[in-house]
Amino acid sequence: MSININKTLLRQLLRELCELDGASGQEDRVREFILDKIRDKCECRVTPLGCVIAEYKGGNVPAGKLMISAHMDEVGLIVTGINSDGTLNINCIGGVEADAVIGRQVRLQNGIMGAVGSKAVHNMSEEERKCAPKFEGLYIDIGAIDRADAEKHVSLGDYAYFTSGFAEKGGFIRSKAIDDRAGCAIMLAMILDNALSYDCTFTFVTQEEIGLRGARTAAFDVAPDFALVLEATTAADIPLSEGDKRCCILGEGPVVSYMDRSTLYDRGLYGLSIRLAEDMGIKRQTKTVIAGGNDSGAIHISRGGVRTCAVSVPCRYLHTPCCVINEEDYFDSYALSLAMAEKILSGEV
Amino acid sequence: MDRKELAELIIKLADCSGVSGCESDTALVCLEEIQKYSDSAIIKNGNVIAHFGKRTDNKPHVLIDAHLDRVGLIVTGITPEGFIKADCIGGLDRRIFPAQRVIIHGKEDISGVICTIPPHLKKDSAVLDKDRIFIDPISGRDDISEIISLGDFISFDSPCTELLNGRICGAGLDDRCGIAAVIKAVDCLSGCYDNLPYSFTVMFSAQEELGERGACIGAFDIEPDISIAVDVSFALCGGENPRKCGELSKGCMIGIAPSLDRGLSKWFIEHSKEYDIPYQIEVMNGTTGTDADRFSVNKGGSRAVTLSIPLRYMHTPAEVIDLSDCELTARLIADFLKAGDVK
Repeated sequence: MSININKTLLRQLLRELCELDGASGQEDRVREFILDKIRDKCECRVTPLGCVIAEYKGGNVPAGKLMISAHMDEVGLIVTGINSDGTLNINCIGGVEADAVIGRQVRLQNGIMGAVGSKAVHNMSEEERKCAPKFEGLYIDIGAIDRADAEKHVSLGDYAYFTSGFAEKGGFIRSKAIDDRAGCAIMLAMILDNALSYDCTFTFVTQEEIGLRGARTAAFDVAPDFALVLEATTAADIPLSEGDKRCCILGEGPVVSYMDRSTLYDRGLYGLSIRLAEDMGIKRQTKTVIAGGNDSGAIHISRGGVRTCAVSVPCRYLHTPCCVINEEDYFDSYALSLAMAEKILSGEV
Repeated sequence: MDRKELAELIIKLADCSGVSGCESDTALVCLEEIQKYSDSAIIKNGNVIAHFGKRTDNKPHVLIDAHLDRVGLIVTGITPEGFIKADCIGGLDRRIFPAQRVIIHGKEDISGVICTIPPHLKKDSAVLDKDRIFIDPISGRDDISEIISLGDFISFDSPCTELLNGRICGAGLDDRCGIAAVIKAVDCLSGCYDNLPYSFTVMFSAQEELGERGACIGAFDIEPDISIAVDVSFALCGGENPRKCGELSKGCMIGIAPSLDRGLSKWFIEHSKEYDIPYQIEVMNGTTGTDADRFSVNKGGSRAVTLSIPLRYMHTPAEVIDLSDCELTARLIADFLKAGDVK
């Protein structure tokens, strides 16, 4: 099977999507971007939780109903309090570690910049220096003089975002939000390139990072026979980790898991991914740790059950301002998921 | 130099990398800035030095100093897979390291990320051990050891941004805001250097963060009678002890310490009172941890004082200062050089 990969389009879409701010519950900008891109190509509707359900017309009638899904939300921060000195108390949205937030700049949803500071190292005891930070001790300093000044610019419940910027170099991409704008970008590219020859439903879902909530409702709405979830998954192929603990490895191809914390994947589809990757001559890997989870967890137990598989781009430093992926893994994820979709839709599973 | 120009200068200076021992990019920018006011400006042994006014026996000679360098890291190894092993330069808080964006200054600049295990695979949150600091160079190159060598310097990649109320956030504000204050003071005195009661030398010194080494060798040559170290000090913020801190936006912190000259401290305090200039007093109980520690014991000794700009979150990539503190510090320096009446 030969697949045409529009690398320019995939690169451009990923950059544009990653540069948008949209943590769980505030996916509006990502949704608008996606709707603008595909309105002419698909019949789209938006669910009460903000998911986009896009009916794609490939021409041929599929053997079973396939839902291809990726989540629009990223991890972020939420303002939980405004202190008398004008600083903002924060907590995480999704699985963010406080040590990936402390000592750097963040951007509030309205564009105002802030520092997440820390007591100067000079003034810390040995014990304090060894103690990993916690969100209870973190706050954003936007330069406000006092609470009243801060309240002119910020309200409780406002969001804040990482500001690391998007960079491409030597076949690697570094950005915030690659989880899961990579999946969104792959789906958009499939739609914009008219890559599928069958009718199929694409779902761009919300609130994955706080418990697979958009996907649960979208799957109920779509009622598919099969689901293909496109994701970014955690790689630890770094010197801090050895052997199997590396989980998966950049440059070794898309990750297809047999099991993670949320799902035992359909073995038929898992087997299909292995056969197709071999036929296509592309790399493929599975995780060496049972860890993480994705929207499959909600989708595969939707209604009477859905045969589900996930294709993930291996990603270092997931849920930090600086996620890093290998471009080839991303392109191959596009190719493998497209090939799998065609096979599923043609009834060969 | 108005407030906007001062902000631009601070940002320009703070966005230079200039880790201790690798200050030349910062030194060149400083040289260019100070050359606008002095033909004598040079870089000597890493320090930027510029003389103002004619030095004579009957005029005391004043040294105005701020340090060029900022904290960072240094390459100590390259793993077979091409990851960079690093160690700290200057006092750094490793709690903030995970997934920080850095620039490795090899044969070319390479952007990198400090390695961290993602939450999904981590059992507990622990601070990175000193010997477990690795950087992922985002280069895609097989020949990384051709570009990066042991001993190359690494800086935090966190360009300045403007916060509300004239406050600025960025990685290199310690002590580039001090340099900007000194340049602003020189700018204020423009055209009257020869008519001042003092001749003076401006020095932007190297390697302060490693033990005031640039200040040590610079002062030896300059032989000042009076020295002013313009640096930053702790501004109160959540988590800090109010007894150990000044406050942001409350003016320059005038140092008092056993190692400093009380006459100088007193002059700045009295002058601030007389002209209603906001100021704060920073009392230290021995030496100061600034270049002033070197100046006071230079050769036969010189009278020294510290003027510090309050700064929050010191030595992180998100330091915060207030422009007004920088302006008030510049004013005190200029006023001192004009007055000539220190007791």
